Amino acid sequence: MSIADRTRIAERLADVGYIADAGLATALTLMDMLKRPLLLEGEAGVGKTEVAKALAAIHGAELIRLQCYEGLDRADALYEWNYQRQLLAIKAREGADPDTVEAHIFSEDYLLERPLLAAIRRTQAPVLLIDEIDRADEEFEAFLLELLSDFQVSIPELGTVRAVAIPRVVLTSNGTRELSDALRRRCLYHAIDFPDVDREARILLARTPGIDTALALQIARLMGEMRKQDLSKTPGVAETLDWAAALVGLGVSRLDADREAVFETLACVLKTREDRSRLTREVSDRLIGKVA
Amino acid sequence: MAALAFRSPDDIGPAVRTRLAGFVRTLRDNGFKLGHAEAGDALAVLAAPGMERPSILRPALRALLCGRRSDWEAFDALFEAFWLGRGVKSRVTASGTAGAAKPSLKAPAAGPNGTHGPASDVERGGEMEIEAEPSGRREGASRVESLARTDFRKIADPEALAEAHALAERLARSMRARLTRRERIARRGRRIDLRRTIRASLPTGGVPLDLVMKRRRTRPLRLVVLLDASGSMSLYTGVFFRFVHGVLDAFREAEAFLFHTRLVHVSDAMRERDAARALDRMSLMAEGVGGGTRIGESLNAFNRGHAARVIHSRTCVMILSDGYDTGEPERLGTEMAALRRRCRRIVWLNPLIGWDGYEPVARGMAAALPHVALFAPAHNLESLAALEPYLARL
Repeated sequence: MSIADRTRIAERLADVGYIADAGLATALTLMDMLKRPLLLEGEAGVGKTEVAKALAAIHGAELIRLQCYEGLDRADALYEWNYQRQLLAIKAREGADPDTVEAHIFSEDYLLERPLLAAIRRTQAPVLLIDEIDRADEEFEAFLLELLSDFQVSIPELGTVRAVAIPRVVLTSNGTRELSDALRRRCLYHAIDFPDVDREARILLARTPGIDTALALQIARLMGEMRKQDLSKTPGVAETLDWAAALVGLGVSRLDADREAVFETLACVLKTREDRSRLTREVSDRLIGKVA
Repeated sequence: MAALAFRSPDDIGPAVRTRLAGFVRTLRDNGFKLGHAEAGDALAVLAAPGMERPSILRPALRALLCGRRSDWEAFDALFEAFWLGRGVKSRVTASGTAGAAKPSLKAPAAGPNGTHGPASDVERGGEMEIEAEPSGRREGASRVESLARTDFRKIADPEALAEAHALAERLARSMRARLTRRERIARRGRRIDLRRTIRASLPTGGVPLDLVMKRRRTRPLRLVVLLDASGSMSLYTGVFFRFVHGVLDAFREAEAFLFHTRLVHVSDAMRERDAARALDRMSLMAEGVGGGTRIGESLNAFNRGHAARVIHSRTCVMILSDGYDTGEPERLGTEMAALRRRCRRIVWLNPLIGWDGYEPVARGMAAALPHVALFAPAHNLESLAALEPYLARL
């Protein structure tokens, strides 16, 4: 790996609107080099999911997303048989040799692909996003481990399915549950933090049409200040983007020149009643004064 | 990524290999979970062209060798110490002992003859062991039945105490086994609900087109333990800790905190398999105990700093404390209310309840009580055992 590789991947990400720091660019380069999944950890709103989207965009690959939740099991994640069609097929073949019927109904035609199976059967390597893996149960995590190390699964009725092209796998976690060491060891790791002012301003410039540099910087600085406040839900990058779009839409060019609009649009950023009442007009004005 | 041709790892000289192995060992000593595979990958990464530059090597090794946020945060200091000879390592080499390093950073082993095994960071334990009063020896205390009923603070004999610890652990294990079994039964897989399936098939003339599945029972609760480690609780903390350590495995998603004048996250120490070692680690973390207990402030720290991550709607918070609070009772009340809004229920275990004539008159305790779902004694093993049905229902 050279600095050129890393720079190239960072540039390609920037082309699709994702501003990555050097650490993430290195991790992504390494991911291609070692064919390993990448585990991203960080608070909600720092842009973990966006990494997978950007990765898919730069490789022109399909993004296959598996959203994890409690109780997610193999059937939901991997494959399911189309029972309805199977039952109809049985009905339609009444009287036929049971073995033939069985072979027929457990064939490819009746297989419902779920995200994981889809990811390993694509001929073009997709990006597989396993979102919020910490929400899934430990059993599922263990199953995933097996899949991610060999990129193959066995379906009892069909046999082993081997990956046609190794997908690029991105896992994200908010730390709801401690993940197993085995899974962590299988993955490359990157912790994403809220962007610093410079990076957030660049994100705004890349993603918000019609925003000028001075405003982007002011917004980024204000977001930095806001995250230092004692809020129950720290605003993420998505909130920043929403807010910037709202401000640009209202024709705001400088935060300090249009304090009223800033205060009115804070709803884009503050998502709980508690936070809304905490950030009074005075606080808002003080923060604007600080960043202007 | 055509430029990413590997050089063969064989191109790497033995000196560099040794150095890398040393780095991996240093990371391991500092709690990184690394196996041979990672060491091999690190070698392959090192062999790739361009890796001579630290600005590339560092983030690459960080992505490869870190597994969790704590690793991530410690990595830079360890990297600099090892490869650039800055910070920790130079300080440690100068003093020559691992103990002089920052507590969270263990020094690289001194060399092949270095005797600092991975266990050396816990040698200083023992403070949490319940101080024996010279009087109050109990002859029958070694017998299980009477020990189960003896108030922990009256167990003075170190042997009896060790026995009580072992018993607490055993009790926890058997409870854990039963709790886990219940969970397993409740979680048996997806099943077709035949009755409802057939009813749903009526419009299609008995062909069950829509299969109705039985709902899978959701997981049991998460347990979050807040353990009071203040002076007034010191006679109980050790046994509680052993008990909680034992029960925690039943709740695979469990978190533990310890508080006195401030709050300390001790989940990692709790996850230590060996209970004695875990206790040692925790006693190190509890250092600085003294002064009053600020339950309100500790709860505030918990609500602010950890609750969002640690608590979900099916979380039971278990507070083990005597309720002697040197802070404002109003504060405790407010924080308890905030906590109750977040979690399913709060269980407060108080060793004092076991005492004759105890009334929760301490102002702090009185302020906390309205928010507590279960207020139970926990002064001896019997009272701990009585908790099982409640835990099973959580």
